[in-house]
Amino acid sequence: MGHDGTGLTHPATAGDPRTSGGGGGHGGGRRVLVIEDEANISEAIRFILRRDGWAVGVHDSGHGALDAIEAQAPALVILDVMLPGDSGFDILHSLRRQPSTAALPVILLTARGGHGARDHAREAGASLFMAKPFANADLLAAVRQLVGV
Amino acid sequence: MPKSALSGTRIRALRNARRLGQADLARLAGVSASYLNLIEHNRRRATPKVLEAIAEALQIPASALDESAGEALVQTLRAAAGRAAPGSPAETERAEELTGRFPGWAGLIALLHARTEALERTVERLSDRMAHDPNLSASLHEIVSAATSVQSTTAILAESEDLDPQWRAVFHANVHADSIRLASAAEALVAYLDSTGEDTALAAPQEEVESWLDRQGWHVAAVEEGEGPRDWSALVGGQADLASAASRELAAGWLARAQADARALPLSALEPPLRAMFATGGGGFAPEALARQFGVGLAQLFRRLATLPPLSGVPRFGLALCDGSGTLTLRRPVEGFQLPRFGGACPLWPLYQALVQPDRPLRATVEFAGRPPMRFVAHAVAGARDPLRFDPPFAWEAAMLLTPASALTGVDSTAVVPVGTACRVCPRTACGARREPSIITGGGAASADGRSGSVDL
Repeated sequence: MGHDGTGLTHPATAGDPRTSGGGGGHGGGRRVLVIEDEANISEAIRFILRRDGWAVGVHDSGHGALDAIEAQAPALVILDVMLPGDSGFDILHSLRRQPSTAALPVILLTARGGHGARDHAREAGASLFMAKPFANADLLAAVRQLVGV
Repeated sequence: MPKSALSGTRIRALRNARRLGQADLARLAGVSASYLNLIEHNRRRATPKVLEAIAEALQIPASALDESAGEALVQTLRAAAGRAAPGSPAETERAEELTGRFPGWAGLIALLHARTEALERTVERLSDRMAHDPNLSASLHEIVSAATSVQSTTAILAESEDLDPQWRAVFHANVHADSIRLASAAEALVAYLDSTGEDTALAAPQEEVESWLDRQGWHVAAVEEGEGPRDWSALVGGQADLASAASRELAAGWLARAQADARALPLSALEPPLRAMFATGGGGFAPEALARQFGVGLAQLFRRLATLPPLSGVPRFGLALCDGSGTLTLRRPVEGFQLPRFGGACPLWPLYQALVQPDRPLRATVEFAGRPPMRFVAHAVAGARDPLRFDPPFAWEAAMLLTPASALTGVDSTAVVPVGTACRVCPRTACGARREPSIITGGGAASADGRSGSVDL
């Protein structure tokens, strides 16, 4: 899936960008699913997580996001708020209603970092709220902390 | 009944400025020194005749001592007092004294208060735009997304010395694409803000329209002319008061409506029966009779009456229109009928009573809590806003016409409804309809109890 919009071929070492992952580092091969429609952002997230040993899946829309979560059974979801189709909040609400995903760690990413958005994210059940733009190190630390590694 | 401190305080200040003793002024005015002393200390209200004599003795126009002359300023000072810091309240009960003794300073405070209100309104509108303008929101989202991508990608490039050359190439290409996207989004945002700059004017569109109508005495002669519909864009296009496109659109809509009202109620046909109603022995003002005679609805008649040119023997009417949400959509003031600039008005207005009883005409004698209190006969009605339609959304509108009670005979003074402008500046502290505390703490109006059916004048 050439999802970066640059027309370039992905490096061979990356494998399938939706499911590529490594076995070492803090991640130990645990799976993180990135639901983000901005291809270059998900590309960067995928890279920094994979380098830390996480297996990373990418889904670029609100459509079918719940199915992707069920199919990939990630240890953590990084979820953008503004998505085509269902919004990040819609997806989060659905996750919290299902017993199997009620406790799944979810990092909510949004371009709006005000108090209102933070309160909304907390009420919706986000494990953590991060405003864009974010520092890679902060995102990585948050993933490690929420999964407990 | 509380006494206004305005006249007494002014007399004392003016007498002192002229280095006149109290006894001297009393002699010149033909009153006793003890009586003048009571007046100066606001313990007695001087009769108009005595005020006239004192003004003559002080060599000033009698109007300068008119208690109602500074009322608007006093009201504004009270409203401004709401800005006082917690723990350091302004002496609202001495607003009249301030106005009487230091009219220049009082005027300056009122001016600063008005200016602050206008700036707050601008900030509110800009905040609304930031929060709700879809174009702006989309632009900002695009910029934040591109900036996020650039920041994360460049951090990888900067911090990964052993980066695989192929990955490095991918990230370089991504940063290049995002930098172009960022530049385009920023350029589009600047162009958008430039093109909508006129809408950052201080006044809201409705205020611009009302200011424009007020400047013309609320009568636009052009609506009396012509038979068919006309394009009002040329007329509203060159008006300095109508600075924004939104206000010009609102004004054009108002003019089209006013023209339809004028056709249904031609001035030449309306004036004779209207004047007859207000003439001595004329039978009294009966808007329902006029509506029947011309075959129009009451709301249309109210709009027409409130925007007629000045007619001898006919009072000036006040008018308030609101939509189904209760938001005032037109405010045509008349002396003694104070209108809120921001937020909702007094919930006891018959306008709102009509809104919950569609198609039922209401009439009530209301008294506004001013100094002096002013009475009006209010006629109100609510109904579907034209044009009628079968498909939603269904829009509702209420209209309230205010006629000064002084212009009418036979007004029922036993069932007067005490009303105010808005809760924030209303002194009727015990009112059951109150939705927020009043900032006016002292020196209330005729009645402090909005639940009572009548008030003591």
